[in-house]
Amino acid sequence: MSAATKTEAAALERVREKVEAGERLDAADGLALYETSDLLGLGELAEQARRLRGGGDEVYFVRNLTLNQTNVCRVKCRFCAFARAVREEGAYTLSPAELAAEAKRSYEQEPYNELHLVNGESPQVDFAWYLETIRALSETLPEVHLKCYSASEIHHMSKLSGLPYEQVLTELKRAGLDSLTGGGAEIFSARVRRLIAPGKEPAENWLEVNRVAHGLDIPTHCTMLYGHVETLAERVEHLLRLRELQDETGGFLAFVPFAVHLQNTRLDPDLLPTTAVDVLRTIAVSCLLLDNVAHVKAYWIAMGLPLAQIALEFGADDVQGTVGQEQVFHAAGARTETEQAVDRLVRYIQAAGRVPVERDTLYNELRRWD
Amino acid sequence: MSASETARSTVNEILERTLVDGERLSDSDALTLLESRELIRIGRAANEIRSRKNDPGRVTFVVDRNINYTNICTVRCEFCSFSTDPGDLREGYLLPKPVIFKKIEETLALGGTGILMQGGHHPDLDFAYYDDLFRSIKARYQIHLHALSPSELLHISRRSKMPLPETIRRLHEAGLDSIPGGGAEILVDRVRRSLSPRKAKTDEWLSVMREAQLQGLSTTATMMYGHIETLAERVEHMRRIRELQDETAGFRAFISWTFQRDGNRLQEKVPEEARPTPFDYLLTQAVSRLYLDNVPHIQASWLTQGLAIGQLALAFGADDIGSTMIEENVVASAGTHYTTTTEELAHLIRAFGKTPVQRDTYYEPVKTWD
Repeated sequence: MSAATKTEAAALERVREKVEAGERLDAADGLALYETSDLLGLGELAEQARRLRGGGDEVYFVRNLTLNQTNVCRVKCRFCAFARAVREEGAYTLSPAELAAEAKRSYEQEPYNELHLVNGESPQVDFAWYLETIRALSETLPEVHLKCYSASEIHHMSKLSGLPYEQVLTELKRAGLDSLTGGGAEIFSARVRRLIAPGKEPAENWLEVNRVAHGLDIPTHCTMLYGHVETLAERVEHLLRLRELQDETGGFLAFVPFAVHLQNTRLDPDLLPTTAVDVLRTIAVSCLLLDNVAHVKAYWIAMGLPLAQIALEFGADDVQGTVGQEQVFHAAGARTETEQAVDRLVRYIQAAGRVPVERDTLYNELRRWD
Repeated sequence: MSASETARSTVNEILERTLVDGERLSDSDALTLLESRELIRIGRAANEIRSRKNDPGRVTFVVDRNINYTNICTVRCEFCSFSTDPGDLREGYLLPKPVIFKKIEETLALGGTGILMQGGHHPDLDFAYYDDLFRSIKARYQIHLHALSPSELLHISRRSKMPLPETIRRLHEAGLDSIPGGGAEILVDRVRRSLSPRKAKTDEWLSVMREAQLQGLSTTATMMYGHIETLAERVEHMRRIRELQDETAGFRAFISWTFQRDGNRLQEKVPEEARPTPFDYLLTQAVSRLYLDNVPHIQASWLTQGLAIGQLALAFGADDIGSTMIEENVVASAGTHYTTTTEELAHLIRAFGKTPVQRDTYYEPVKTWD
C-alpha cells in the first residue's frame, strides 16, 4: 500500500467508526468519502449506514406517470434541453382540461398511483391556470396521488400572483395537490447557480418553499443535479443544507441525485460525461450524509437499470417508477408495457438478493414479492 | 443466525482463506460465492487480488479491430446470430485480401497494434489459404495477428489433413502471433452438445490450446454464460481452464461475458428469468478473478455490458477494459450495439481514478494516456 492509499484508508476507517457509533458525519467526512479510491468500501459503508438506521431488504418502486403541461420557460438554465421560448418552434402549452384528458387516457390504458407533473416556468399563464389544473386532475383521477411542481415552480407562482408561498401552497393543497416534486434544487451554491441557472431563484428561496410546504403538511422531495461546473465540496455543502432543513421539518420523503446529461444543452462543450463510478459514489455519499432522509433513489430511467441495480449496493433503496421507460420488449404476449416494466424491475431487484416492493408516493406498501 | 447471516459468514470464511492464507478456492467455494448475493464483499476480495497481481494504479486497454474474414460456417451454433450456411449467396461473404489490407491500414492509422481475426468454419478454406493470407499481411504490415480460435484451428487441420501440431507450427511460421480464446463458451460437453453440437468438444478445445501453448504461442480464455448452463458448470469451466493453466501457464487473460440473445436459435431456450443481470455479471467476474489464481489478467467486457458496467467491472477484479473494437460484427449481430473510442475508454479509466495505459496483445505497455 502506498502512503496516499494508507491515509485514504485511514480516512475511510474514521468515517466507519463514526457510522458505527451513530455519530453524524460532517463536510470533511463527506469530502473524504468522495475522494476515496475504495469504491466498493464506500458502497459497503453506505449500505451499513442504511441498515443501521433501520433499512431492510426492501427496494421500492411506484407505478407512475410523468407529464409536462408546458415547455415554455423564462429561466433558460444552461443544462436544460427541454425549455422553449414562447414563440420558439416546438413550444407547447396544454390547458387544464387537455392535460386532465391526457392523464385520464393514460390511466385507462395503464392505471397508476402517482402523477408526476413538472413544467417550464411559463410567463404566459397565471396562478388560476395552476389551480384549475390541480382541480381538474383531482376531479378526474381522485385515486391518484398528485405529486406536482417543484419548489422553483411554486416560487414562480408566487411571483406571478404576488401571493406569499404559504398562500400559494395552501390554495394548491385545497385544490387537491398532495406533494411536491424535488426539482429545481440543482446545486445550492450561488457560484454554481450563477453559472448554470442564472435566471433561477436563489437556494434560500428553494429551501424556504420546502420549509413552508412541510409546515403545511405537504411532503416534498429533494434532488441534486451534478456533473457540470460544481466542485465536490459544493456537492457536499448541498447535501448538508438539505440535511439541515430536514432536521428542522422532516418533510422530505426521498432524495434523488441526477447526473447532468450533456446533449442538447448550453453547458461547456468540453465537459466530460459523468461516469458510472461517480453516479455510485454520489448515491453512497448522499446516503451517508443524509442520515435523516429515509430513502435515496437510484432513478433508473435516468441512469439505466443496470447501474440502478448496482446502486442498490451503494445505499439506494428505491428505483422510482415504471412509466417513461422506452425499452423495446421482445417477449410477445398480452403483458402491457407497464407490466413488463414491473416484471423487469422485480427481476433485477430479486437478482440483487433484495425484496421488490411496490409503494405509493408516501411509501405505503402496496405489494411485495417475497 | 438467519439464513442470510449464515451465508455471509460462509462467504467471509472463504474470502479470508483465500486472501489471508493464500489458499486456492475449491469448486465448492466458487459455487458458494456464485450462489451468494454478497457482491460487494466478493468484489472487494477480487479487487485485492487484482491489485496484488497487476499495478493498482493502472488500467490497460488495447487498440485493435475484429476482422471477421468470413461468416460462412458449417458449424452453425445455436447462440450465433452472425454465421450463414455455405452456399448462401445472399448473406455469405469471404473478405477479399484488399479489403482486409484496407482494414489493417485503418487500424494502424488509429494507433492500433493488432487485429483479431476470427471467422466461420468455411468448408473451402484450408491451410494454404491462411498460410498465404498471413504471409501477405506480415509482408506488408507490422501488426500483431491474434487469430483463429481453437475450433477454427481444428477445422483447418482436418480440412487440410494436416496434424494439429504441424498446422499450428506452420501457421505460427506464416505469421500467427497468438490465439484468441473464442469458442470456449462453456467447457462442459453436456452444454456443448446442446449449444454447438458440431463444434470442438471440451477436451478438443483444451488440447488445441495446450498444443499452441507448448509451442510458445500466447492465448486467452473466455467464457460465455447465462444460457443453459448451471452455476456448477460455470465453475467446472473455470476449473478446466485453471488445470490447463497449471500445466502450461499459457493463458494471458480470462474474459467472461453473457450470452447475447437477438437473432439466434438459443434465445428461445433461455427464459427471460434466466438471463443474467449486471449484478450476476460483476459477481461472476469477481469469482473468476478469485478462482483463476494462475491467470495474470482479467478483462472486462464493455462490449456486451455497456460502458457503465464495463467501467464498474474494473472494481470487481478486472485490470483491463479490453479493446476499443474499431470494428465488431458478432456481438452486434446479436442485437447489442455499444461503441467507444480510445478517448472515451481513457476517460472512463481516469474517472475511475486510474491511469489509462494502452497495451499490445502481449500486455506490454504501448502508450500512457496522461
